[in-house]
Amino acid sequence: MGRFIVRRTLSAAALLFATSVVVFGIFEVIPSYNPGRAIAGRNATPQTVAIVNKKFGFNQPFYRQYLNTMKLIFTGQIVDYQDQLNVVSEFKSRFPATLSLVIPAALIWLIAAIILGSVSALRAGRFADKALMVMAIVGVSIPVFLLGAVLLYLLAYKLTIFPNTGYVSLTSNPAQWAYYLILPWFSIALLSIGFYSRVLRSNLLDMVNEDFVRTAKAKGLSQQRVFRRHVLRNSLMPILTMFGLDFATLLGGAALVTETLFNIPGVGQYEATAIGNLDVPPILVGAMFTAFFVVLFGALIDVVYALLDPRVRLTG
Amino acid sequence: MAERLLEVEDLQVSFATEDGVVRAVDGVTFTLDRGEVLAIVGESGSGKSVTSMTLMGLTRGPNARFAGSAKLKGKELLTASEEDLQHIRGAEIAMIFQDPISSLSPVHRIGDQIVEQIRAHDKKVSKGEAFDHAVELMERVGIPHARARARAFPHEFSGGMRQRAMIAMALSLSPSVLIADEPTTALDVTIQAQILAEVKTLKEHSDSGIIFVTHDLGVVADIADRVIVMYAGRVVEQGTLDEIFYDPQHPYTWGLLGSVTRMDRDPPKRLPSIPGLPPSLIRAPRGCHFRPRCPHEFERCAEVPPLEARVAEAPDHLDRCWLEVEDKRTRREIEGRIGLVRDAA
Ligand SMILES: Nc1ncnc2c1ncn2[C@@H]1O[C@H](COP(=O)(O)OP(=O)(O)OP(=O)(O)O)[C@@H](O)[C@H]1O
Ligand code: SF4
Ligand SMILES: [Mg+2]
Repeated sequence: MGRFIVRRTLSAAALLFATSVVVFGIFEVIPSYNPGRAIAGRNATPQTVAIVNKKFGFNQPFYRQYLNTMKLIFTGQIVDYQDQLNVVSEFKSRFPATLSLVIPAALIWLIAAIILGSVSALRAGRFADKALMVMAIVGVSIPVFLLGAVLLYLLAYKLTIFPNTGYVSLTSNPAQWAYYLILPWFSIALLSIGFYSRVLRSNLLDMVNEDFVRTAKAKGLSQQRVFRRHVLRNSLMPILTMFGLDFATLLGGAALVTETLFNIPGVGQYEATAIGNLDVPPILVGAMFTAFFVVLFGALIDVVYALLDPRVRLTG
Repeated sequence: MAERLLEVEDLQVSFATEDGVVRAVDGVTFTLDRGEVLAIVGESGSGKSVTSMTLMGLTRGPNARFAGSAKLKGKELLTASEEDLQHIRGAEIAMIFQDPISSLSPVHRIGDQIVEQIRAHDKKVSKGEAFDHAVELMERVGIPHARARARAFPHEFSGGMRQRAMIAMALSLSPSVLIADEPTTALDVTIQAQILAEVKTLKEHSDSGIIFVTHDLGVVADIADRVIVMYAGRVVEQGTLDEIFYDPQHPYTWGLLGSVTRMDRDPPKRLPSIPGLPPSLIRAPRGCHFRPRCPHEFERCAEVPPLEARVAEAPDHLDRCWLEVEDKRTRREIEGRIGLVRDAA
């Protein structure tokens, strides 16, 4: 276990370093990228731009700029170019909104996918299975902004069942919190349910023919028990791996489209604005933030694996 | 007379597949009494597993078709409800499968898997009691340090120990019928002998009826009372151990006997085997299924030989070959591949 933690921490450090260099490097090679000009404003004189360039160090060589930025990030002093807001405190204050969006959405899609995947495996080839297959194909092919927009248009604008975008924090009013978030939760969840349930379905169907499942039946167990304790139990690993990665990237801001569309003040919304403005510090911090979660959840999933399957040992 | 446990009459099992209908079992008839060991022998694909799994309802599925009859203590199994079958599985008929590595759940402890079997049939037994019973069973089948080993996972067991655990599980509710489907095939030779010894002990100390499935006639000589020889879904010969070994009636049985390794002779350099391959069960040859490989085939063989008694002095010795009994006896001497001839044995 100790070895596992050490090795994962080292690989996290390596991944964060690589991510930051790549993201930083991308902006270095974008030809029209001129942060000094962007900060100074459209009407700024060349002198003003020069002063800005000097102040922010945009004239310095790549590695110096990189080191400076890293220093600012790790001391928590980094500010964005656009509004001069502290990026780290911005991420901190926005993270609860992202958690509010992502955690329930992820639970909805995971639970729904387990139920629907099981149903379609148990009814393979029959109507319920085929209906779910169609849903899954529709699900993976609709872009999230379209689904979100359709939900908003129908349920919030036309039928006015749900509020028209916005966010209320959980601590101030839990009922309103949920009310405002239901549509965003479902627009994230619906897209994954189809894919996850298809993957689970095919794992289940492979598992049904395993010898130990036949043994379970031969013991005289009820069909439900055979399914739950033997078939399902052994089929969950692949979707848990997918889940860990998807969940991590969403926490890191990958829900940016949904957050923007529904006007939820999460880290994704901030990153979306930053990308629009080519505002390097928030983009960089966002990428590192995501990389951090990817490593963290990769490790957590490995721990879950080891708990679920005694043959798996934790290795770096 | 011992209690009649199983009565199988003209059992037919077929599966609809994309390529056509697989007639996996085509007219199998046998009985099994308490305290008896019945061996089912045949090459790979001859329908041994389908026959035995059908008795437990394990071959049921949307593509499977059944005909004939299979009765357990007079109760029809082929049409039994899924719920009735659940009560029968494990408690009345238990099965030991071929591959102990894949047949145990990889994520549950050995002891818990036995406990699950016990408690599936009697909810009143507490987990603790069931666990104690599981430990006892494991000791009985020769697993050392059973109490500690019961907490281990299958991957922490060797192949032989896993098969012992499977046997312990199958014995846990003292079933009337115990089916061992090639219990030693996946194990190495020394372990095979140990597991066989275990089955022999079982035979002596329990009054279950045992069905022992194998493709090795050599193993059969050791434990079986009666033998069924299957070929391409059909029973081609059945009789007592002596009848099959000393007076085999079907050319296929002669072939199998030819490949028996004899303990009292040096093993041959290469094991003789029957040339050719078993037919496709989708488009089996007309008449006798063994025709394409039979050196003695003649016109009449295009007609299906019925399974019947042909040796006058042995009314329970049945076979499916058109040759005259005396003719067979001379031919099999000439063929000269029979492992055990009475005067040589
Ligand atoms: N569910 C099924 N669908 C289609 N065909 C099947 C099915 N189950 C078994 N069969 C076919 O039935 C035939 C008999 O199979 P069975 O497993 O009984 O052979 P076996 O005698 O036990 O052979 P082995 O010694 O290899 O275990 C095989 O050709 C097999 O492919
Ligand atoms: S019936 Fe004919 S083909 Fe079949 S085993 Fe006898 S001799 Fe051979
Ligand atoms: Mg088999």
